[in-house]
Parts: sequence; structure tokens; C-alpha cells
Amino acid sequence: MNISLSITKSIHDWLYNIMPEGAASIVEMVLIGLVYLAIFAIAGLFLVLLERRVAAWFQLRIGPNRVGFQGLLQTMADALKLLSKELTGTVKADKFLYNLAPYFVIISSLMALAVIPFTKEFHAFDINIGIFFLIAVSSIGVIGILLGGWASNNKFALIGAMRSGVQTISYELSIGLSLLTMILITGSLQLSEIVEVQKSGWLIVQGHVPAIIAFMIYMIAGTAETNRAPFDMVEAESELGAGFHTEYSGMKFAYFFLAEFINMFLIAAIATTIFFGGWLSPFGITESIPWLGVLWFLGKTLTLVFLMMWFRWTFPRLRVDQLLTLEWKYLLPINLVNIVIMAIIVWLNLTIQI
Amino acid sequence: METTTINNNFKSEEYFINMGPQHPATHGVLRLILTIDGEIIKKVEPDLGYIHRSIEKMCERDSYQQIVHLTDRMDYLSSHINNEAVCLTVENALELEVPDRVKVIRTIIGELTRIASHCLWWGVMGMDVGALTTYFYGFRDREMINDIFEETCGARLTMNYNVPGGLMFDIHPNFVKRTKDFITHFKTKIPEYDRLLTGNVIFQKRMKGVGILTREDAISFGASGPVGRGSGYSCDVRKHHPYSALDKVTFNEAIKTGGDSLARYEVRIQELWESLSIIEQLIDNIPGGEHRVTTKAVIKLPKGEFYQKVETARGEFGVYIISTGTKSPYRLKFRSPGFSNLSLLNHIAVGGKIGDLVATMATLDLVIPDIDR
Repeated sequence: MNISLSITKSIHDWLYNIMPEGAASIVEMVLIGLVYLAIFAIAGLFLVLLERRVAAWFQLRIGPNRVGFQGLLQTMADALKLLSKELTGTVKADKFLYNLAPYFVIISSLMALAVIPFTKEFHAFDINIGIFFLIAVSSIGVIGILLGGWASNNKFALIGAMRSGVQTISYELSIGLSLLTMILITGSLQLSEIVEVQKSGWLIVQGHVPAIIAFMIYMIAGTAETNRAPFDMVEAESELGAGFHTEYSGMKFAYFFLAEFINMFLIAAIATTIFFGGWLSPFGITESIPWLGVLWFLGKTLTLVFLMMWFRWTFPRLRVDQLLTLEWKYLLPINLVNIVIMAIIVWLNLTIQI
Repeated sequence: METTTINNNFKSEEYFINMGPQHPATHGVLRLILTIDGEIIKKVEPDLGYIHRSIEKMCERDSYQQIVHLTDRMDYLSSHINNEAVCLTVENALELEVPDRVKVIRTIIGELTRIASHCLWWGVMGMDVGALTTYFYGFRDREMINDIFEETCGARLTMNYNVPGGLMFDIHPNFVKRTKDFITHFKTKIPEYDRLLTGNVIFQKRMKGVGILTREDAISFGASGPVGRGSGYSCDVRKHHPYSALDKVTFNEAIKTGGDSLARYEVRIQELWESLSIIEQLIDNIPGGEHRVTTKAVIKLPKGEFYQKVETARGEFGVYIISTGTKSPYRLKFRSPGFSNLSLLNHIAVGGKIGDLVATMATLDLVIPDIDR
């Protein structure tokens, strides 16, 4: 019997015993929301710390290691500092949009987090159009960035926002198409079902060549989608200062910052789910202990997160026009051809089944 | 009837932004007034004066020994070479022959300064095109040179090691050994620089064919140093007008004919190798003798005009002294390489994107206190 399942089940039964059905389900929703908010905050803070330690490792430094064990509380302290800071704004800024923008960004990534299957039972929202939902929801974030840049009344922020709009909208195509390539194998958009299909081999193995191409395109586009180096045109600190969030301070800045890291986690988590078998262990070695699935999932995801950090601390930044050339002249045509190849492979049953 | 004047400098789709004086890409308090159409640069107007300290005017008040330390504060990454320039001018005017030991040490230290400056430039160059890790690699190696300097002259940035007539102190006993250690260390690190940044496909794309400066323009704008040599203009003062011990060594003048940002980049990387080779030729046979010729406590130059130019890490640095025979110069003019190199920024950056401007400016290797003085 699964531990987490039994806990949630007993809470569920207890709630339905002490209050009417409607109220109980509302309370449950709030509880789940709170759990996910906690995951959001903790994962965000942990990833910021991880990024700083990884960066330090690449850069011959030590990184934060004083606050708490190995610096584990460093980002907590930073968050407290940001909470206590004054929220400044610019004169003549569009106050309403200016204040609204961070919430768009954060809500978008929080909603996307809900459909991520950490393991078979640890899954808030298992809908049959999971991937579609993910792509739709994650594109809301760009509205926040555009609004933030526009409403800041700062030309640097505006340039950053314009770049972001161009970049995110372009690369969303590649993300969508590369995921679509993989869906040809699974025949389902439901994330839990996609993972189940991979019991006979992770999709990157099943789909071999086109799957590897799709994975590479997905990682490039995913890095661009999260506005991270080498695609950090939006912030480009040597060109635009801090880009679209130049004028944000305190917790509003922290929202943008956290959302960026959660988006990176999401991109890696989706890649894990679609290409690397989600919570499944290789060759089913820990299949008898279901809760280990969470660890497998997180392990795979963090490996991919590390890969993205590796990109960031190694590569120079592309120029805006080179970024668009890469997407429209290379990634998109390759992607379209790749889908056709994958369709032929699936049609002729050439997938590798273990 | 009163008419309102409209600023006709802007076309309807253009806008301007102030890049600087507080901006991470300008590496100091330089303000660039950019006229931009979307992302495309239409005009770059540098606005100077934010760090003007009237050093030339201060020189008219100070004695020649005091002038030397002011030059530390100009191009602070080439402070040894700046010091040397003033000392050479004064020594030439006095017709003072310094010992060979002084000449060799001055040359070694000058080349070490050039390497340190290029290390810092390489780190910052990477940072400007978005590769943040290069900064720490460049600083790691620069730090070793700074340690050598600290041991010998007690300072890490504003050295003030040269004095008219020689050197302030003799070199530290460890100097030769540590310099040799640095050479062996750094020879393994320049290939690492190439692996990390030069060979990177994104970096090549950002640099190639961007910010093109032709040889004719380089000459007419008065470009010097790696900027001029990147355009195929042979302008190395060390080669054409050797000073100190530079006539005793053999080295190649790093020249590339590309004229783009990549050529300027490659010139500096090649200069690292050349500087290492110059130091290697000299470090084993530093002649013995005095480290300083005793001069009078108050140096008075003869009446006349004196000029001496040297090659700093950024290009040709000239000192022009008009003396009326008193203890201070009547007028002293510095010819700083950064000022001329900045003047061609508008010429080569127009038509590029904002990202190109930042990358191009990084290859000019501007030090703002050198421009403003």
C-alpha cells in the first residue's frame, strides 16, 4: 500500500465526514493549492541555490556555503531580505499593469506545475489533454513579461519585453512540434498515460533517431522559452541592464526570478516525462516500491536542469536576429521533417520495444 | 508669432536611449547617446566628462617625480607602461642614460602589464557577449601577475614603480622565479581560453563581419594598438620605435587583416603569446648593476619640447612636454589611445544591433579614465 496515497485518502475521508460534500471538496482544493505553492517556493529557492553553486563550480569559486548546512538557507535569507524591501516603481508607469505583470508570470508556471506527474499518485490534475494544457498555460507567462516591460515606463525594459515577445512566440512552435513528434508514438496527450506507454522502453529509446532529434530541439527551444543563456536576450545584462524587470524591486522582482527557475524546472520535468520515462526506473529495477518514483523523477529532472545550467555558464549569448534565424530557418524546418519521419517510423512499426 | 521648434534629428520611428553613465557594458562612466530604430543603431554619440580630473592641468603644478603617479590613474590597467612613458620623456630630455638592468626590468614588467590587461579584457569581453564564466578565468591569471607586482612594488593597481632615472626599488628576490612559474602556467591557459570562447560557434557568429574598420579608416581615425592592427595597420610602437630593452628582443607584430571584431580579438590573443615570448627572452639574463641613477632632488628639464610614445595594452600612448626650464612643465599633453579608439565607435557601430554595439565596444577595450583624464 502506498504511503502517500493512504495519507491523502484518510484526509479525504476525514474531510467528507466532518463537512458537507461541496465544502469538503473546496477545502481539498485549497489544501492542494497550498501544497503546490509550498512546492513552488521550495523548489524555486532550491534551484536558485543550485544554480549559484553550479555557477561557482564552473567559475572556480566556492559559492554560498555559510548560511545553514552548505548554504542551504542562503536563498531563504535572500527571500526574507526581498520581502522586507520597499516596492519601488517608476513615475508615470501604468500602475495597474505594472503590479499585475508578476502574477501572470507566476500563475502561468504554477498552473503548469499542476499537471506534472511526479509519480503515479502524486499528480494534482491528470487531464486527458495534459500536454495541450501545458503548452497553453505556459504561454500565458509571456503576457506578464510583455506587460511588465511595457508598464515600467523604461525603454530598456521595453526593448527587453519586445525581444521576449518575439522569442517566446517563435520558440513555442518548436516546443509544441517536438512534443507532437513524440505523441505520435504514445497516441495520447495524457501525461500519466504517456509514462505508462514507456514501460516498454523510454520514448527516446523507442523513437530512436527522430526522438533524439526531437529531444535536442526541445532542449534548445526550452532554454529559449525560459529566457536563459544563451538565449537570455530578454535580460541580457550587458546590453539592457536587467531587461524587462529593471524597474521591479522586492517581492515583485522575486516573483519574476522564482518563475524563471520554476520554468526551467518545468521544461526539464516535461522532458523527463516525455522522453525519459517520467517516474519509471530504468529496466523497472524499483518497480516494487512505487514511492521511489518521485526520486527517479526528480533525479532525471535535476540532471536536465544541470544540463541547462551548464549551457548558461558556458555559452555566449546569441544576437536577436541570429536567434530568430535559428528558429525559423533551422529548427522549424527540421522539426517538420522530423514529424514526417516519426510518422513513417510509427506507421511501419519500426520503434524499438524493450 | 512664436513657432515651436521640432527636433529634426529624429525620424518618426527612431528613439534614443542613454547607455550609461551607469551601464554594465560601458565599463565605467561613459555615456553613449544612442539613436535607435527598433534594435538597429542609427547613431552613437559618446558623451564624456563624467570622470574628468584635469590630470593635464595638475601636471603643470607638479614636479616631474609627482607627475609619474598621476599617470597610474589614467589607464589603470597599463599603469606601469604609462609610468614608463613619462620617465622616458624626462630621461630623454635630461639626456640621462639609465642602466641596462632598468631597461630590461621595465620591459619585462611592461609586458606582464600587457598580459594582465589583456586577461582582464578577455574576461570582460566574454561577459559582454554573455559568457559570464570567462570573467573568472581571466581574473585568475591576472591575479598571479598582480601578486608578482605586489611583491616587487607593493601595489596591485596603481604601481608608481618607475621614477625618472630608474626604478623605485630593485626587484624582489622571488620575482624571476614567480614570473617563470607564471609563464609555464599561462602557456597552458591560453589554449583553454581558445577552447572556452574563441572556438565557440555562437561567439564566432557574434564577432565575424561585425564592426568592420578598414585600414584607411583606422589610419584616418588615429586608431592604434590592437584596434589598428586588427585592420592590418602596422602601428606597433614597440616594433617601429623600440624603447627600453625592446630592441634586444625578437617578436612578431600581431597583425590581422579582417578589420572586424574577430580580428581585433585574435590580435590580442596573439599578443599574449608574443608578450610571453618577450618575457622569456629577457627573464633569464637580467643584467646586474644599479636599479636607479641618482638624479637631483628637483628635476628641471631644459627649455624645449619633448615627446615620447610607448605602446600600452590599448595602443599608442604619447607624452608631450613643453618645458620652460622650471621644475614643472609649462604644458603637458597626453595622447591616450582610448580617446582615438572611441572616436571611431560611431563609424563602425552604425547599422548593427544593440548586441553588436556592446560586442564591438568590448573589442575596442576602452578604459574610461584614460579617455577622460
